[in-house]
This record gives sequence, structure tokens and C-alpha cells, in this order.
Amino acid sequence: MSTETMSATETASRPASFASSRRWLLWSGIAALCAWVLVPIYLVALGALGGRQGVYIWPKTGLPTGISLEPFILFLKTEGVVQSFLNSLGAAGITVALSILLGAPAGYALARYDFRGKDSYRLLVLLTRAFPLAILALPLTVSFIRLGLYDTIIGVGLIHTVLALPFAALVTQGIFLGVPKELEEAAWVFGCTRVQAFFKVVAPLALPGIVATAVFAFVISWNEVFAASVLTVRNRTLTAYLLTVLSESPMHYRFAGGLMLILPSVVFIFAVRRYLFAIWGISSK
Amino acid sequence: MTQNRPWIPYLLILPSVAFLALLFVVPLVQTIWLALSDNGAPSLANAERMVTDINFTRSVRNTFLLTIVVVPVQIAIALAMGTMVAKVGRGRETILWIWTIPLGISDLAAGLVWLSILQNTGYFNSLLFSLGVIGRQASWLSYQTPVALFIAIAVAEIWRGTAIVMVIIVAGLNQVPKEFKEAAEIFGAGPWTRFWRITLPLIRPALQSALILRTVLAFEVFAVVYALGGRNFPVLVGEAYNWQNQNQNYSVAAVYAVLIMIISLAATLIYLKALKVDPERLS
Repeated sequence: MSTETMSATETASRPASFASSRRWLLWSGIAALCAWVLVPIYLVALGALGGRQGVYIWPKTGLPTGISLEPFILFLKTEGVVQSFLNSLGAAGITVALSILLGAPAGYALARYDFRGKDSYRLLVLLTRAFPLAILALPLTVSFIRLGLYDTIIGVGLIHTVLALPFAALVTQGIFLGVPKELEEAAWVFGCTRVQAFFKVVAPLALPGIVATAVFAFVISWNEVFAASVLTVRNRTLTAYLLTVLSESPMHYRFAGGLMLILPSVVFIFAVRRYLFAIWGISSK
Repeated sequence: MTQNRPWIPYLLILPSVAFLALLFVVPLVQTIWLALSDNGAPSLANAERMVTDINFTRSVRNTFLLTIVVVPVQIAIALAMGTMVAKVGRGRETILWIWTIPLGISDLAAGLVWLSILQNTGYFNSLLFSLGVIGRQASWLSYQTPVALFIAIAVAEIWRGTAIVMVIIVAGLNQVPKEFKEAAEIFGAGPWTRFWRITLPLIRPALQSALILRTVLAFEVFAVVYALGGRNFPVLVGEAYNWQNQNQNYSVAAVYAVLIMIISLAATLIYLKALKVDPERLS
């Protein structure tokens, strides 16, 4: 009898254990992929905070021993680091301002109006995606020298806007489509002009999405390496600065530079995490 | 509402059109002219100079190899991530946030991250050493170990670039109606059949844009390579950079730029044709 109950419980528990082992497999897969993303960032942070001695410890344990903020502060005090950090902020600020100012009206037009040339405009915007845009910095060197924009933050901001503007136009189109047209029309009925209706009714509702778009424009500019390196000599952005001093910097400086590049973008991506999928759902259409 | 003031939409798109014309179309034409002219006359001299350069063949081969290896792996990992996270209820947001972190990381930073792991006294060697696989520090990133260097660059690119593919694919998966899956289940389709016959065809638009975006970016690979291998692993954009900044020869750099554009455009067209998306599904 006891064997009978044994086998009975066994058959009853088999589907459950099958399900739980699948569950276990799923979660270990998820955990492995999370570790795959996070562990390298943790390790470069160790490298950045470990200083010169930290680089030569052998074999390394991967534990946070012998770290302090001092090596990182020392890196910040290196000539050119703070300036290039500020330059990066400046270029990213210009990119954000321009791509929203130019892109959002276009997105609004695409969302609210039917007009001749709409498809051609969309094609122009989509075409920019098939091009390696940063490469366009090469011929711009010559024109920028002539215009006095070479080696300026404005010049870098302009080329970064070429990268961010098509994205901003497409994403804001989706955001404005999400604001019900009826609300806007109701505002007209109640005597608002179009401009008033836009700023009093549409803009507040679209604002969070537009802020998320702005954050993306910031990240695009902040991370861009090639165009920034080609178009600057003395007024380098952080990426361009790091790229040019790379071969002659000690290892721990390189890691500190890497960490400094990563931190702001990670914070920003965290801030807009809710909009990530909505935005890419829109812009990948 | 469009009849009475038909100029409004044009006024709204005009600034962006003007901007893109000035800083996208004009430089595009300039690049092509710079590449295909010599002293103001049409000429293939620059192209010849590029093709006969010692690094040219290597950079073409390296760039293509990297793209061919990196893009499929990224798509596969992103699909795995998308299917896994679809089965998760609580904690879904956190998991997705962690997986999207590399989206904010530049290729230069990604190269530096993997440099900290793969340099001679780095964590990878330490791990191998403590496992007894190697007796002394091995070097992976020198010109004497081209295969290891290639793998290192590919790993760094996969680490960084998978996030964007994942975001696009998860956004696509979110739009697949639940009813399709349920119906397939009722008719007895297993998980694999469901994936290949239902999910994959339905997310084809997302897959297409992920492929286009990633492939164009893969042909632009540069800073990751430079951070890990310096000049030991020539790639197309790296060569363009060297011709421009080191050799101060803007024309040969422009030929490289044109070549990269042609390759990117060709890849885009191939994807558009191979993964034809029904127009009604696009809306």
C-alpha cells in the first residue's frame, strides 16, 4: 500500500516539478543575462576606483578591496577632463534644444495634418536612418573651418542634431497622435486660438513624452565619438578627449574615463525607463 | 481644418527640412564629390589610393566579419530576452531596465569596460589563472592574437548593442495580440511552432527595423575597436578617421565614407526586400 501511495504522489508531483524546473530555468536565464549586463560595469568601476596599484594586482579577486574615490578625483583633476566634460554637456544641450525645437513641430504636423509631400518628408527622415550619419562630419570639416564653426561646441551640437532630429520628429509624431484630437478641438470651440490650444491643452499632455525624447537626444550626443573627434581639436567633448589621449593614458585613467562616460547615461536611461518601449514601438514603425 | 490654412503643416516642417538639407543633403553631396574628384575634375585617383592601401582589404574583411558575427547573435539574444521577460509578472520592469542599461553606453565606454576585463592583469586572466587554465598572464588584445582580439571586440559589441535590439523587439512583442497565441495553443501548437509560425512572422516589422538599425551601426564600428585593440584591428571607419586626422587626406577619407554609405544602403535595401512587410501591418 505504501508503494502505491508513493507512486501516486510521484505522478501527481511530476507536472508540478516539471513546471517548477522550467520556472527555475527561466529565472536562471534571466539572472545570467542580468549579470552579463551588470558585472562588466561593476568591474570597470573597480578599475576606476582602484587606482594605479589596483591595475597591477594579480590575480584579481573581483572583490571591492583597496578602492577609494581618490583615484577618480585625481582623474577629474587631470588637465582637460573637466573642460571636456563641460563641452560634452554643452554639445548635448545644443542637440537637445535644436532637435526638440525643430523636430517637435514636424512631429506635430505629421500627426495632425494631411498634406502633399508628407510621404516624401517621412522618406527623407527614414533615409537618414540608412546612412552612417556621423561620417558626414568628414566633409563638414572644410565648411566648418570656413564658417568658423570648426573646433566649436556649436559645430559639434549641429552635427549631433542631424543624428537626433529624425528620431525626435518620428517620436514626437507618435506622442502627439496619443493626445486626443477632440481635446484640442474642444479648446478651439471654447475660443482658444490654435496656438493657445496647443500650449494650454496639447503641450501639457505631451510634455512627459517630449522630455523623454529630449533625454534620448542628450544620450545620442553624449555618446557620439566619431564626429566629435573629427570636428574638434582643442574644444574636445569627453568622448573625443578620451579617444585622443587613450593610447598615452595609464590603464586606470582609461577605466575612470569609461566610468565617467557611463554614469550620466545610465541615470538618464533610468529616468525615462517607462517611455523606452513606447518610444521604440513608435520609432521602429 | 486643413482647407482654410493649408500652409500650416509646411511652416511646421520647414525648419527641420532646411536643417536636414543644409547638414545632411549638402554634406552628402560634398562627400561624394570629394571622393570622386581630384583637383576639381572627376577622377578615381582617390578610390585607387584607398584600394591599394595596405589596410584596405583587412579593414573591409574585418568590418564584414564583425557584422556577420555580431548582428545575428544580438538578434538571437534579444529574442531570448523578449520571450523570457514575457513569462514574468512581477519584477518585469526591473529586469527590462537592467537589460536596457547598455543603451546609454557609448561604444568607446563599452570598449574601455571590456579592456578592464581583458587586459593582461585583468579579471578574465585572473579567472583563468585561478581555475588553473593558464599558468601566467596571457595577452588577448595584441596584433599577435588576431582571433582573440576579434572575439573580444565582438563580445564588447554584443554586450553593448543587444539592448537596442531588445527594446525594439520587446516593443514589437507587446503589440502581438494575446488571442493569436491562445488560438495556436488551442489548436495544439507547441512552444517552438508558436514561436516560429506565429510570433516571428508577427514581429517582422520590428525585426526589420532592428536589423537595419543594427547593421548600419555595425558597419560604423570604430571606438570599441580602438579602445580594445588600438590600430591592431583595422576597420572601415577607423581607416576613414586615420586618413582624415593623421594623414590629413580628406579625399581618401571621403572615399571610405562613400564606401560605408553604399554598404549601409545596400544592406538596408536587402532587408527591406527580404523581410517584406505588408503595408496594412505598418499602420
